[in-house]
Amino acid sequence: MNIPLNIDWQQILLHVFNFVILIAGLYLLLYKPVKKFMDQRTAHYQEAADEAASKLAQAEAMEAEYQAKLADTEAEIAQKRAEAEAALARETASQLQEAREQADKLISDARVTAQTERERIVAAAQKDIAGLAAEAAEKLVSGEAGLDGAYGSFLSAAKGDGSHGER
Amino acid sequence: MSKKGKRIFIAAVCVILVLLLVGIFLTGSGEKEETIREVMKDAVLHEDNKVSFLGLNVNPAYISSCVVVGALLLIAALIRIFAIPRFQYVPGKLQLLIEEWVGLFDGLAKSNSPHRNKFLGAYVFAAGTYIFVGTVFELFGIQVVTTDGISIALPAPLSDINGAIAIGCFSYLVILSGGIAGNGAKGIGKTLKDFSLPISMSFRLFGALLSGLLVTELVYYYTALSFVLPVVVGVLFTLLHALIQTYVLTMLTALFYGEVSERTEKKPAKKQKRLKNAKGEGPSQAPA
Repeated sequence: MNIPLNIDWQQILLHVFNFVILIAGLYLLLYKPVKKFMDQRTAHYQEAADEAASKLAQAEAMEAEYQAKLADTEAEIAQKRAEAEAALARETASQLQEAREQADKLISDARVTAQTERERIVAAAQKDIAGLAAEAAEKLVSGEAGLDGAYGSFLSAAKGDGSHGER
Repeated sequence: MSKKGKRIFIAAVCVILVLLLVGIFLTGSGEKEETIREVMKDAVLHEDNKVSFLGLNVNPAYISSCVVVGALLLIAALIRIFAIPRFQYVPGKLQLLIEEWVGLFDGLAKSNSPHRNKFLGAYVFAAGTYIFVGTVFELFGIQVVTTDGISIALPAPLSDINGAIAIGCFSYLVILSGGIAGNGAKGIGKTLKDFSLPISMSFRLFGALLSGLLVTELVYYYTALSFVLPVVVGVLFTLLHALIQTYVLTMLTALFYGEVSERTEKKPAKKQKRLKNAKGEGPSQAPA
């Protein structure tokens, strides 16, 4: 059959034959091994990247864990500090209370002592006045001195004792 | 070099060139064995100049095809034996070139046919390499003797219509195989819809490469055009259309392969549709 443009089935098949050999040859000799190598390299770098990512995640988890521990420790420290401060405050308050009680006791004791002393002094002064009065009366009665003199010495003695008693 | 030395050098080169030109024109036979019409016609039809190959009279382009395939396989074998075992994770220049070469076509297959591309990658790699190297091959001007005893330069394998038809139809078969692998009988239907594809692919290749060949034949036929001009016409045009044709055929094959091998989603059955409609209409009908 005469096909236009000199198209020849035999030559077409010969070209296809060559082309099939080329496809098979290039696939086996070049395309497949090069692609295999490229895939291997991609897998290698992917593996390295995955490993790095997992290590990074692990490190981040550890960091978070340490941060949590640090936060716990800080909270514990703060709690202990608060407890210590509270205990200190309690101790201070109790000591202050004790001191106040002691001071109150000292004051009350001092007051009691002062009262006792005052009563003793007043009693002594009254006793002295009574003595002086008795003495003056005795003198008056005995006439060793004039009425005015006896009265004057009585008054001066009484004044001196009264100033003592007021103190 | 001194000024005087430079002048002497330039003068010597000019004299040599003039002598060569004179020699070229004086030694020319004056009459060509074939007219330009015959040369052009033979470039298109390959009716006269046949080459004997293993007892068969074949077109010179088939010899070109054999040489290109042999050379490519030899280079591939050398690379496989000597270069690939020495590949490193950080590539050298040769490794980078080979990886780029493979990666270019592999990427083309993956981007155009993401769902099925293993065979496609290998095919477009081989086809692209063959078209590029085959087209550039005509630059070497390897001579063969025809059955008539005339010496001719081997053309690009695909400038022969038989070579172009072989590649175009084979690419169509590859696309068809992708359709069958991806969608079965539906894939065949999808591929056969583009029945003009093998013709368009074949004749596109043939036309592009033939035009290059005709221009080159025309330029080289006339001695006056054989200076300087071939640098542009012969080398640059050849390289340019080698790149373009490689890109066009591999891109088209990958594109159509991806299109026909893509799985079509099954449409929901009519019964299910009805059930869905009934469920959808149910609540709105209830109050009525």
